[in-house]
Amino acid sequence: MDRTLIPPEAAGPLPPLRTPPRQDRKRRVNESISTWRWTDRIGYGLMWAAGLLVCAIGIGIVLYMMFRGLQYLRPSLLFSHPQAELDQSKTGGFLDPLLGTILLTVLGICLAVPLAVAAATWIVEYARPAWLARIVDSGIEIIAGTPDIVIALFGLVLFQQRIFGWMSFTAQGGAVFGRSFLTAGCMMSLIALPMVFASTREGLQAIPSHVREASYALGKTKAATIRRVLLPSVKANISTGAALGMGRIAGDTAIVVVLLGATLTLSPEGSVPGLRVLKGTGGTLTSYVYNNSPAGEGNAPQKAYAAAFVLLLIVVGLNFVVDLIARSSAKSGLETSRLGAR
Amino acid sequence: MIERDEEQASAQDPTDPRAEMLPPPVRRIRLDAQPTVALPPLTDAGVDADGRAPGASGLPARTARATPAGRERMTLKSLSVFYGDNEAVKQVSLAIREGEVLALIGPSGCGKTTLLRTLNRLTELTPSARRTGVIRIDGTDVDDIEVTTLRRRVSMVFQQPNPFPMSVFDNVAYALREQGAKRPKKKVLEPYVIEALRRAGLLDEVKDKLDHPALRLSGGQQQRLCIARALAAGPEVLLMDEPCSALDPKSTEVIEDLILELRQSLAVVIVTHNLQQAHRVGDNVAFMYLGDLVEYGPADQLFGNPVAERTRDYVRGAFG
Repeated sequence: MDRTLIPPEAAGPLPPLRTPPRQDRKRRVNESISTWRWTDRIGYGLMWAAGLLVCAIGIGIVLYMMFRGLQYLRPSLLFSHPQAELDQSKTGGFLDPLLGTILLTVLGICLAVPLAVAAATWIVEYARPAWLARIVDSGIEIIAGTPDIVIALFGLVLFQQRIFGWMSFTAQGGAVFGRSFLTAGCMMSLIALPMVFASTREGLQAIPSHVREASYALGKTKAATIRRVLLPSVKANISTGAALGMGRIAGDTAIVVVLLGATLTLSPEGSVPGLRVLKGTGGTLTSYVYNNSPAGEGNAPQKAYAAAFVLLLIVVGLNFVVDLIARSSAKSGLETSRLGAR
Repeated sequence: MIERDEEQASAQDPTDPRAEMLPPPVRRIRLDAQPTVALPPLTDAGVDADGRAPGASGLPARTARATPAGRERMTLKSLSVFYGDNEAVKQVSLAIREGEVLALIGPSGCGKTTLLRTLNRLTELTPSARRTGVIRIDGTDVDDIEVTTLRRRVSMVFQQPNPFPMSVFDNVAYALREQGAKRPKKKVLEPYVIEALRRAGLLDEVKDKLDHPALRLSGGQQQRLCIARALAAGPEVLLMDEPCSALDPKSTEVIEDLILELRQSLAVVIVTHNLQQAHRVGDNVAFMYLGDLVEYGPADQLFGNPVAERTRDYVRGAFG
């Protein structure tokens, strides 16, 4: 901008700004879209269209999967083990992938929540030294931004090290396989961690500082304040983050393929009950859908649709739970902010 | 913290545009004048309940005071508090006695809240804050008392009602539950919780809903719950930072009555922007301006016949 256009300060009060008056249309008492300028009308229409489009896509996916899924979904599919057969009628259901999804989700979220809550609490309540806080912050940002396939590859390299031999199948020569529910669960926790972290941090930051001071003023230590006041206040935020994170874990494929083996059935490893399954490989609904899609080796699209529908139900159900938590906490008067899905 | 700093900065800057937008009449205050501190001797101020200043005749009636001033609970000797280089409280000496209400008044950013928060060492939470001078409670330097113990003895109520997100019972019991040690059973705590709620005048309203979430109470009830919570810790001194400024007149009245009742058993220090309130509840009033303690004395005298010029200007609404 030309500097000379700026008037010197001593020029006195500015004359009132005169803009050419707009064409006076038919004056209306109530503003309505017909009184708007045409550019505004177009913008408004575009916003409407964008909203409707997103809605239509979402509804389209659900409806199509429902149509296909209900067409092929039989209760028996949910309760029978899958089998590799040439004859489609003998390949069974997807009980194993369903159990695999649940197991992996629970494992991942159980690892992610304590880690994320602890990190978020430290960032908000302590964050000393400041440089370390900055590093932690960007560390979590990096995890959030890393593609899941990269996380999977990194996990494979990591868990094939000797010291992690107890987590997965180890061959006689000492070569560690690196693929198991344990290793996949560890990496899956990284998928959920940023979401739990972000929602917990947001909740803690929303607590006004005088609430903390009220606790200190009653002679409580910082630790007691965090444990008895702050963390209970952000329960709803933690649950919201956890539910969103579980949805992400349930929907992830790359880590399942690389780190879980994406086998058709659960194949336990070793002899310790319980740990056998965790140490073994398996598959989830996502890998089952992938393998049964025309792209995979199973090529049984009907079953892929049925499994995809079940997966969709799980994820939509989790989102519903998020909504429920947010609403019930809003009712009880707790301040909480809904964290949008990434 | 940041807010307060800004507040102070703006209050100390006479060229601040916001200061010039105040409604007339704005009288110039001689900022460079020697502080006209009019301190009565620390030992007998406020004792004299009957000898109210003659200038008080034009003032509205106050609640009758029958309590003789008790012994000195807290003593402040040339207390200064700094935020960075900014001296928020300058060389203040005061005494806080049992059985009296000390009201701190003054314009925004004059250091009253800082002074209040220093009494239970809450200012230490502000990284840039520094303190010089001596604060004694019952003759012991507050720095020699473990900070959690001190804050149990000198409890505080805040401007915003801030009950914790738990039940009414747990809010009050929170102060009672010692940390670390074994948590006492609900049955053991119950009489203490009931007693604290009764003292805060809240028992009748909440006795059927002790298990309800505290955040469902009304604003005035929440503030009284915060007072109950502070009382449950068994304090000797109760600090109140504008406890009524977020409340409606009716709740304010209830809390003022409560303060007058509480002062019989403990020392109350209240910060307020409301001069009428300071006059209604305060036995002694301290007027602070830009960090200085300008005048300190019995409420009637300070409002009716102030000694210092700045106090006169302030209580007549000339600035603030």
